[in-house]
Amino acid sequence: MDLLQKLEILADAAKYDASCASSGAARKDSRGSRGVGSTGGAGICHSYAPDGRCISLLKVLMTNACLYDCHYCINRRSSNVQRARFTPDEVVRLTLDFYKRNYIEGLFLSSGIIRSADETMEMVIEVGRRLREEHHFRGYIHLKTIPEASPELIERAGRYADRISINIELPTQQGLTKLAPEKNLARTQKAMGHIRGKIEERHAERRKPDAPKPPPFATGQSTQMLVGADDSTDAVILRRADSLYSDYRLRRVYYSGFSPIPEPSSLLPIKPPPLVREHRLYQADWLLRFYGFAVDEIASDTAPNLDLQLDPKLAWALRHRAIFPADVNRAPREMLLRVPGLGVRNVDRILGARRHTRLRLADLLRLRIPMKKVLPFIIAGDHSPTRLGLDDESLRARFLPPPKQEELDFGAPPPPMPVDINSVRSGEL
Amino acid sequence: MRTVIIQPVFEEWRERARELLALHVPPGEVLWSDEPGESGLFASTDGSDRRGSVPKVPTAFLDIARSVAVHRDPRRWGVLYRVLWRITHGSERHLLAVATDADMRQLTLWNKAVGRDIHKMHAFVRFRLVGKDESTGREQFVAWFEPEHRIVRLAAGFFEKRFAGMDWSILTPDECAHWNGSELQFTPGVARQAAPDEDALDDLWRTYYRSIFNPARLKVRAMQTEMPKKYWKNLPEAELIAGLIAGSEERVERMLNTEERPARPAPKNAYLDSLREMNERESSAADEP
Repeated sequence: MDLLQKLEILADAAKYDASCASSGAARKDSRGSRGVGSTGGAGICHSYAPDGRCISLLKVLMTNACLYDCHYCINRRSSNVQRARFTPDEVVRLTLDFYKRNYIEGLFLSSGIIRSADETMEMVIEVGRRLREEHHFRGYIHLKTIPEASPELIERAGRYADRISINIELPTQQGLTKLAPEKNLARTQKAMGHIRGKIEERHAERRKPDAPKPPPFATGQSTQMLVGADDSTDAVILRRADSLYSDYRLRRVYYSGFSPIPEPSSLLPIKPPPLVREHRLYQADWLLRFYGFAVDEIASDTAPNLDLQLDPKLAWALRHRAIFPADVNRAPREMLLRVPGLGVRNVDRILGARRHTRLRLADLLRLRIPMKKVLPFIIAGDHSPTRLGLDDESLRARFLPPPKQEELDFGAPPPPMPVDINSVRSGEL
Repeated sequence: MRTVIIQPVFEEWRERARELLALHVPPGEVLWSDEPGESGLFASTDGSDRRGSVPKVPTAFLDIARSVAVHRDPRRWGVLYRVLWRITHGSERHLLAVATDADMRQLTLWNKAVGRDIHKMHAFVRFRLVGKDESTGREQFVAWFEPEHRIVRLAAGFFEKRFAGMDWSILTPDECAHWNGSELQFTPGVARQAAPDEDALDDLWRTYYRSIFNPARLKVRAMQTEMPKKYWKNLPEAELIAGLIAGSEERVERMLNTEERPARPAPKNAYLDSLREMNERESSAADEP
């Protein structure tokens, strides 16, 4: 099998992993070396596929042969997909050749599990080692790790990688038992705890003034949860994410709407969840991390799923009209962050500007704040929402998209979504 | 009213703005204009040693000015001078904090446009291998790029840090940047034909692009927001886009109509056996609430 064919199979096999970040690495570059590569600062998306996803890393599997039988996965042992396997040198060559042409920020290497967790990890680590030690590669490396691999191997992976990750895949053990019988939530979390310990230990060692420089270790870990493959509600998913952020200090939890695969399993729903559900989860995730919201405020036992028609902050505001309007000239930051249509950056701009001037609607307009969204919730120098004369029902109607089927519309360009469709990646809500 | 014609570089504007400020010339009395017939490459005068009696301005303003200076909008010099005037003569030293001010808003927009242009250059430059220096053994690469603003110098440092181990040139219509392992150099702009069209690796890259695309998640608009069509002509992968979009519906149909695969029993494997044992031991540990 030639390299082109292998690349085709092993990139196809890796595309269901949503992670693409290449940011948050320690600052390093290639000056003074024979190699290439730099990291640090914001990552760069070098291309975009028509699925709207950023292409920043060469994302491939070492092999797509796998002992496991995860029913949502194209590579599970029950699938009839064609199998292939890279040699370490093939991945090294591809990474360097792509990198030198500025196609990519680096490598994201994962693998199907063959023989055992340790043997699989060693294959993946060997690529990292060759890139770093033999080719002086200073670009971004993300290595997928296996919870059952021995701690020494995870440590070695962290030595070469800027980021390591373990996919939690489903938020509950019941879900895993049914759909990914080889996977175990407790072991996954234990491994995440171990990685967190290592990251923090190295970070602390680096800050000691006179101590010898410790060997490098990844600066962050992330994970992915599948949405719509099992019957977990958004509340269950968000509670799991919240605990992953607080217990293991994850940099990111990626949500990946289960998408149909060419090798469907008899255990899984044929019909994928609407893409907008995944989008709403990302918005809720942002509310948890940057806007001071708690999970229960967004999704609770009584309303366990996010409103697909309204973004979660707007939905929350409509349920809590009594605490609005917020005065943009006086309200504290925490309150402004809860106003629908105000993102973190514009809140900070408002705080900066209002020390010197009394803000009016024209000022907000200049910040390109979505007026239709904010007007019912704010007071400004020349505005009070009472003049809009909106009751609860007309207010909700004001924000609902025109009636249409919440269906995937293949072929035609995606229908216009609520205004925030592209904002979630940048964190503005 | 006086007209000030300058070479369109920050240092030149700063020199002239200092002179005008020293003479207390208000912004309403100055018409700024770029020198016509620009060839693209200008000697950057170093004015740092000629500090007059001009009041100090916040460094944040100079950072914004340096960036806005490479924007192609001819109004930028005037707005920069007006903001400078308001900071120094209008008792508005806090102006930079007032993001809602019309002038500040304009500078911010220009600054962001330049920042985005630099970011897109870092993302969408595609190097092509043209040879190897026999004496040094270093590979040599050439790229062609058409930036929206005059950002080559601002963007070049990134490439020096990232690609220190290879020789490279980035050619643009404005100005070209070159790295030989020890020095970053700039030469006048050139025409498109000066850069190679193809690289032997482009086919592998297109294979990757095609394979990483998921037809079940078509989001054309999201792609185009981040990768506007104006960049496509210099991206080897862009020629695939139309075909991938057109074929996706049928591919998804096929997936949905594929017969479901039954679960296959686990093969004989010691590691799987050990997992099963661990799972049984841990099965008592129920889900956390």
